[in-house]
Amino acid sequence: MKFEYAPAPESRATAEIAPSYGLFVDGGFREAADGRTFKTVSPSTEEVLSEVAHGGEADVDAAVAAARAAFPGWSALPGAERAKYLFRIARLVQERARELAVLETLDNGKPIRETRDTDLPLVAAHFFYYAGWADKLPHAGLGPNPRPLGVAGQIIPWNFPLLMLAWKVAPALATGNTVVLKPAETTPLTALRFAEICRQAGLPAGVVNVVTGDGTTGAALAAHPGLDKVAFTGSTSVGRAIARSLAGTGRRLTLELGGKAANIVFDDAPLDQAVEGIVNGIFFNQGHVCCAGSRLLVQESVADELLGRLKRRLGTLRLGDPLDKNTDIGAINSPEQLARIRQLADTGDAEGATRWTAPCDLPSTGYWFPPTLFTGVTQAHRIAREEIFGPVLSVLTFRTPDEAVAKANNTPYGLSAGVWTEKGSRILWMAQRLRAGVVWSNTFNRFDPTSPFGGYQESGYGREGGRHGLEPYLDV
Amino acid sequence: MSDTSAARLSVLKTYKLFIGGAFPRSESGRVYDVTTPDGRWLANAPLASRKDARDAVVAARKAFPKWSGATAYNRGQILYRIAEMLQGRHDQFRIQLAEAQGVDADRAAAAVDAAIDRWVWYAGWTDKISQVAGATNPVAGPYLNLSSPEPTGVVAVVAPVGSPLLGLVSVLAPVIATGNTAVLVADPAAPLPALTLAEVLATSDLPGGVVNVLTGRPAELGPPLAGHQDVNALDLTGASPDLAVDLEAAAAETLKRIHRPRTAEDFTADPGTGRLTAFLETKTVWHPIGV
Repeated sequence: MKFEYAPAPESRATAEIAPSYGLFVDGGFREAADGRTFKTVSPSTEEVLSEVAHGGEADVDAAVAAARAAFPGWSALPGAERAKYLFRIARLVQERARELAVLETLDNGKPIRETRDTDLPLVAAHFFYYAGWADKLPHAGLGPNPRPLGVAGQIIPWNFPLLMLAWKVAPALATGNTVVLKPAETTPLTALRFAEICRQAGLPAGVVNVVTGDGTTGAALAAHPGLDKVAFTGSTSVGRAIARSLAGTGRRLTLELGGKAANIVFDDAPLDQAVEGIVNGIFFNQGHVCCAGSRLLVQESVADELLGRLKRRLGTLRLGDPLDKNTDIGAINSPEQLARIRQLADTGDAEGATRWTAPCDLPSTGYWFPPTLFTGVTQAHRIAREEIFGPVLSVLTFRTPDEAVAKANNTPYGLSAGVWTEKGSRILWMAQRLRAGVVWSNTFNRFDPTSPFGGYQESGYGREGGRHGLEPYLDV
Repeated sequence: MSDTSAARLSVLKTYKLFIGGAFPRSESGRVYDVTTPDGRWLANAPLASRKDARDAVVAARKAFPKWSGATAYNRGQILYRIAEMLQGRHDQFRIQLAEAQGVDADRAAAAVDAAIDRWVWYAGWTDKISQVAGATNPVAGPYLNLSSPEPTGVVAVVAPVGSPLLGLVSVLAPVIATGNTAVLVADPAAPLPALTLAEVLATSDLPGGVVNVLTGRPAELGPPLAGHQDVNALDLTGASPDLAVDLEAAAAETLKRIHRPRTAEDFTADPGTGRLTAFLETKTVWHPIGV
């Protein structure tokens, strides 16, 4: 029996978009020094949403100078006062959550169900959590007198625009640093709305600065000599370039980069629950998730049964209008990303894996890729080694726990992993051996502001979230 | 006071206890005079009885599963909401403190400010205390060994004397921040801020029964609380030295946790974590590791 769904669109009216936006520097909005702008489009319709100032080197200079000027006052505030600013921001985000969710969905292409139920609650919670740390830093176990570093340059990706902003800005401000934030080129709008929230909260000018632009803006910020700290979330290749450019400068750096997580299903796992976890692991946010469970490692004895159930489940996913409240799979964020997903998926075919595509119609405008899985994947295939950053799952099998560990760890990355089994001791045995910064057992893609997140090896260094997320912003 | 307000007779408030989220009169029907330090009558406060104390314990026990089972984030949101609501009543508390203590408006206002900030301080602790007080322990064997703090249960609090808002908040907030529920005996000389705070608590999404406020004589209310089988801990901050010794002895029968500061506390100082950890148990879970 096939269920039909009537359209259930969320109203766009809660999120008005101005025809143009400026940079947020020193508490005010301004055009780029050279007057350049770029367009931001809705990936689901290709509609131009707004024109945004394209920050250049002069704008980065101005923003870093504003942050530097704001630093003495901000860092000298009693922690309890800094805390109250952050609590205000948390509350304002909660109050404006629907507006921000709609805006994020328009600009990013991800389903409103995710922005409304995942991104925005986590954003508010992250500010709330770090607000509480601002006056408790001596209790954080990082030494008796932790001190802020100074000015932080923060560069964030397009997959969780406002959530990544929260992960960067909240701990930096709580610890007394000031920031210059560079949002992703394709998703600048919620960061600029956040700048308005900073003004509503009465945050002193220059404590938060937002410089929009493309990769050149980000590169100018990352290499800026006026910074004390750089924090980057994005691809491993850009992370490497930033690490190179900071080598020898003494500036602090945290990197949250790519991943190729193994999601490991044992034969005693609760299969229906595992299917939901696999779906959530790789098809959440169209697979635009650095910790996505993009490699399914399934024990051979249950592989056929699991794949049968998985394909049935994928057939029920609804792809389409991201603003529709019933939509499970939204649009791919950009044509560039779509091209990369297509190209890597094509190598799967070329190298001998078997492609299966969920039966669903793709809209005629916008950027779309259907939920896809490959079976017959070997560890040598590119789709088993490279981060696709899209809704593509590579399925491999194993026979013994040792083999599962060996295959899971056979990657230069090390961000996350999943383990599915009813046996608690095995979960912990696996967790001990997996070289990954986050291990989810009988669940996947769970996030919480109290829980540290970050990777081993080429997935980057430093942790965001939790008590551990304070350390990258403190001189201890 | 302007002429128009002088011409109009104001409405006086009937102060009542706060038990289980409701505002009952004392079952005993008793009240006592509340005055300013120089003797001007302010109001009648309920003179709570032993039965009121037992009712408050029942309410606190009933509220414990839900409150201790709420997420730390949720508790933090509610404690922060209390700060928001207290901020909105700043003037009311400033006037009440000035009358209760005979202090000037600035000093009273500073105490209200500090009390608001104290709620914010503890709102931030709800989801951090286990990260500071808990641990994974590296036992010498193939086991995960995880220690986490848990609330001890129902805590009876004798509120400090002479600090009817800041002192009160400073002893109450840490008890409930971690998931305990509380029966509070207010400062008998200045009970009105405690009863007004109950109105703040009642409008802050705090579930009924998490905080219960009694006004009356600590010497009358202390013993039934100290001897009660369903009270897990006592905070004797406001008990006189003689009463504290008696209550500690009574509490020994049920091995209640006792918190009794050795010296007078300065409630304007950094509160630290001592009042949080005083009412926590530590639970350690072992789990084997192996295929």
